[in-house]
Amino acid sequence: MANVNLTINGKAVSAETDDRTLLVEFIREHQGLTGTHVGCDTSQCGACLVLMDGKAIKSCSTLAAQASGSSIITIEGIATGAELHPVQRAFKENHGLQCGFCTPGMVIAAIDMIERLGPDLDEPTIRKELEGNICRCTGYHNIVKAIKAASMQMATQLEAAE
Amino acid sequence: MKAEGIGARVLRKEDNRFISGKGNYTDDVVLPRMGHAAFVRSPHAHAKVLGVNAEAALAMPGVDAVLTGHQLVADGIGNIICGWLVHSKDGSPMNMGAWRALEPEHVRFVGQAIAVVIADTPQQAKDAAAVVDVTYEELPAVVDSLAALATEAPQLHEEAPRNTSFDWELGEEQQVADAFANAAHITKLDLTNNRLVPNPMEPRAALADYNSAEEHYTLYTTSQNPHVARLVLSAFYNVAPEHKLRVIAPDVGGGFGSKIYIYPEEIVCLWASKKVGRPVKWNCDRTEAFLTDAHGRDHHSHAELAMDADNRITALRVETTANLGAYMSLFSSAVPTYLYATLLSGQYDIPAIYANVKAVYTNTTPVDAYRGAGRPEATYLVETIVDKAARELGLDPADFRSHNFIRSFPHQTPVIMNYDAGDYDATLSAAKQAANYADFATRKAEAAARGKLRGIGLSCYIEACGIAPSQAVGSLGAGVGLWESAEVRVNPVGTIEVLTGSHSHGQGHETTFAQLVAERFGLPTDNVTIVHGDTDKVQFGMGTYGSRSGAVGMSALAKALDKVEVKAKRIAAHLLEADEADITIEDGELKIVGTDKKLSFTDVSLAAYMAHNLPEGMEPGLKEGAFYDPQNFTFPAGTHVCEVEIDPATGKVEIVQFVAADDFGQIINPMIVEGQVHGGLVQGIGQALLENAAYDADGQLLSASYMDYTMPRADNVPSFKLETNSTLCPSNPLGMKGCGEAGAIGAPPAVMNAISDALGGVEVSMPATPEKVWRLAQAALPKQAAE
Amino acid sequence: MYETSYNRVSSVTEAATALDAADDPKILAGGQTLIPTMKQRLAAPSELVDIRQVDELHGISMQADGAIRIGATTTHAEVAANADVRAQLPGLASLAGHIGDPHVRYMGTIGGSLANNDPAADYPAAALALGATITTNKGSYSAEEFFTGMFETALQENEIVTAVTFPVAQRTAYAKFPNPASRYAMAGVFVAQTPSGPRVAVTGAGQEGVFRMPAMEAALAENWAADSLGSIQPDAQDMLADIHGSAEYRANLVNVMAKRAVAAA
Repeated sequence: MANVNLTINGKAVSAETDDRTLLVEFIREHQGLTGTHVGCDTSQCGACLVLMDGKAIKSCSTLAAQASGSSIITIEGIATGAELHPVQRAFKENHGLQCGFCTPGMVIAAIDMIERLGPDLDEPTIRKELEGNICRCTGYHNIVKAIKAASMQMATQLEAAE
Repeated sequence: MKAEGIGARVLRKEDNRFISGKGNYTDDVVLPRMGHAAFVRSPHAHAKVLGVNAEAALAMPGVDAVLTGHQLVADGIGNIICGWLVHSKDGSPMNMGAWRALEPEHVRFVGQAIAVVIADTPQQAKDAAAVVDVTYEELPAVVDSLAALATEAPQLHEEAPRNTSFDWELGEEQQVADAFANAAHITKLDLTNNRLVPNPMEPRAALADYNSAEEHYTLYTTSQNPHVARLVLSAFYNVAPEHKLRVIAPDVGGGFGSKIYIYPEEIVCLWASKKVGRPVKWNCDRTEAFLTDAHGRDHHSHAELAMDADNRITALRVETTANLGAYMSLFSSAVPTYLYATLLSGQYDIPAIYANVKAVYTNTTPVDAYRGAGRPEATYLVETIVDKAARELGLDPADFRSHNFIRSFPHQTPVIMNYDAGDYDATLSAAKQAANYADFATRKAEAAARGKLRGIGLSCYIEACGIAPSQAVGSLGAGVGLWESAEVRVNPVGTIEVLTGSHSHGQGHETTFAQLVAERFGLPTDNVTIVHGDTDKVQFGMGTYGSRSGAVGMSALAKALDKVEVKAKRIAAHLLEADEADITIEDGELKIVGTDKKLSFTDVSLAAYMAHNLPEGMEPGLKEGAFYDPQNFTFPAGTHVCEVEIDPATGKVEIVQFVAADDFGQIINPMIVEGQVHGGLVQGIGQALLENAAYDADGQLLSASYMDYTMPRADNVPSFKLETNSTLCPSNPLGMKGCGEAGAIGAPPAVMNAISDALGGVEVSMPATPEKVWRLAQAALPKQAAE
Repeated sequence: MYETSYNRVSSVTEAATALDAADDPKILAGGQTLIPTMKQRLAAPSELVDIRQVDELHGISMQADGAIRIGATTTHAEVAANADVRAQLPGLASLAGHIGDPHVRYMGTIGGSLANNDPAADYPAAALALGATITTNKGSYSAEEFFTGMFETALQENEIVTAVTFPVAQRTAYAKFPNPASRYAMAGVFVAQTPSGPRVAVTGAGQEGVFRMPAMEAALAENWAADSLGSIQPDAQDMLADIHGSAEYRANLVNVMAKRAVAAA
């Protein structure tokens, strides 16, 4: 058995798990945080994305034990209290989701790409950056639009802060 | 337009939970003492099962039980049904081979379930399933439908000689033959509609809970139509009578047809839950989904089109072989017949059409309805042969189409359908304008200067949605009615619950159905909750497929709202001492026309429940239900224009522009409709460029994961230009037609015609993979250079 | 996934001890190939020795001679973003920035990729084209010695890759035609103008894994230009074939990608 100690959405968690437990299983089954999804078994769909120490990783291709010592943020921990993250808001405002299953991964991927590449992203960049996220409902059109809107909004916020 | 009424771009009510990780999908549901199921599946495409030895598996940690097909059959669980009876042209009924939820003797496709292991954890169940020892006698397999028709082909079912379920026809063969005899020009075409795997992002799942004290079952499952699931589980699979079975389809992560059917796994979980005395959950992994979710399409066709000297189409003749897979799934017989051949007239005035369809068993995953279901196959055929004919006749493909358009409605086609309304010129010209069709030559020349081959392609599609009326489809062999129900419950405080038999798995019903209420009563959509997906809450319904929820489901809601409106007005008239005819409802208030006398909606609903002062003889309460059975199909139509650039060195196709101009009738929420179109287009583009379920000769699925099945990703597709040009549907109260499948129906031929155009008019098969296109480009280049 | 046991180590010595003590161990670096493989039950190590957090295996440093040394557990994202790599070996930075997807690049490591030697992986092309040296806890290998065939390397049992050193090159570029489904390379060509002349290495296409293209190297030595490559391509008989592309098509892609890489370098 592996001893897993980490924080999830700011809360310290300590648990004994089977060594082969995947991080996504730990999050969903042990912690009951079911917003993180599993959409494939070859680490390509991105429904399982979480932020590990600030970076978007695939929790279906990472053992819980590997993540021990890290800080994990799941879709449930993205908003600040009742205040939605700008990316969450942009997905709603731009109809960037339909069935909602890929959405948590898309939101995490968007946050990661905006934080890494800076705000105000162009369409080719967004499309390329979504290589690891599959959506079957939206045709990506409105996801791209949502991420672009969020990135512009975050650029405006940064300008305002300066 | 009212702020949240018909036509408003209201943001979706359901989004808040999905963007916050608060959705509730089947695999998120956890019950106390829940066990987990893992299936033992055939690794062979065709084999006799000689024995199942579960000894080692039963000794594994956490294992409760290993259940097999013999036990299932002994317990009286019924065979899986096909819900639409099709007759061959000789009058004989289709030939169905028995499909058992767990197969005891004879497996016919890779992935077919043989046994199930129930254990404490999913891992333990999978560990044990891996050591269940099944002895097989392998048999030769056949995967291609044309090969399966050959006399020497391996035979799948005793009941189906020459692997043929039915040999069906539609239309007047002699009339067509006469037209061909008099034709000035005949265009011939062979084409294949490639097999697809639906791939909703949420894999299927089931959680069954048997309560022995009540002899009652609850099934949580990923269903597009929980009531149909309950009916079939009860009436045919003998799991439990309907009143002892509750089916809940909570949030469902996409369906596209693949979640219509009642699969072996759901049946087995219900049965196993009683056997082992605990709730049983099964969650499909993606590889299992590839092997067991009903696939789509897979047709081989030969078509011939006859034209007169004036370039008018006079007849169409089609021979199609449809691959059923190893068994007949729920609507598998309807898809290549009544949902396919009935659309072969397209948008064209074709006096004579004859279609012959052979449905054939092969050692592959069963095939059934997938987004569009039959209509994409018809559209691909019609729009490919029309394009080819235009090329052969030296005509502009848009002009040739327009020359043959239907312009007078209603229009009776030779293949059952009676088109009620449309304006095909309007969508064609809107699409041409948005695509700057006239100036294409300039763009082609500019691309050529960059070393790219540029092409433009059209598709003028028609589809039929809201399959109905029930009596008509019943006469054609449907095993169910195809109406919908709705119930409107006004609460004493004036908030409203709408119960609908439609089911949303991404379509946004919680918003659009609420908009209909907002339109009617002027209430904010926040005051309306849409309830669906639970057979204990909604009395009955047919679910969501075939783009029917708007045209059929919302029509039922409109009828129920009519009844609520009448009663509310009666109460208001009584309280205001006015004539009923003088009461109007606006902005959440019931007013006497031309006065300032009014009551709020809450006043009226409260009065209905207080019942202190109601009109003489009126029952208390404000709750009404309605069933709506459509009078006709609806006929969405439109034109798609695709423009591609091909890199001749690699064969890679890039879609540089895509325009869709659609006629969906009345649109409730343009934002949601656009989203439906975007998604459909990408599934259509996926079929044209990327997706293919490829089997090897032994029946192994080679593309059984995202490593080999090319799912469209964000960088494969462009942003889209959409236009809508509506004619109202005359047969339903809202004038709605349906929009869910249009993209998947219209896009493939537009893409393929564009590629063909870029390559100088050669025929290209789907999917147009880089290698295929590269080979054609190599052949086309010297020719184009010489021109 | 079969049962396994997990062991996180903090030094190379500790890793070596753990590996020697175990029955059928595997080194776990980023796990982006190993864990999906284990999930499919195609690998069943008794023990995973996790070296991801071994400090001495991590990081990028410029050597006195201008070579760039990359620790084995350095992630693809780190290589892609590193200023020295981008300045000195832009082809390598670009290659690293196109492996898998952004999320795989945060976890996947250069050492793991090289040790696995997937015939469709990208790094082997860079290592071979640049004449990299692969250092282990037991010695070192030239890239030529290291890659011995599909999924095969010169590594001995339990030998741990510790770093990869890429010597200087005047010009580098990588061009890849990805498999449309998996996005692995169907043909990935790394070209380098090195002090000893042009070198061209190909991944994704060959039946035996990564290989060099001497004919292209000779042509580029004459004249470093895309056009010099003419119709030079590998023998289709040696190429992979699958549902995504025939051997002949892959041979063509090698030519096309090589030209694009040269044009970009």
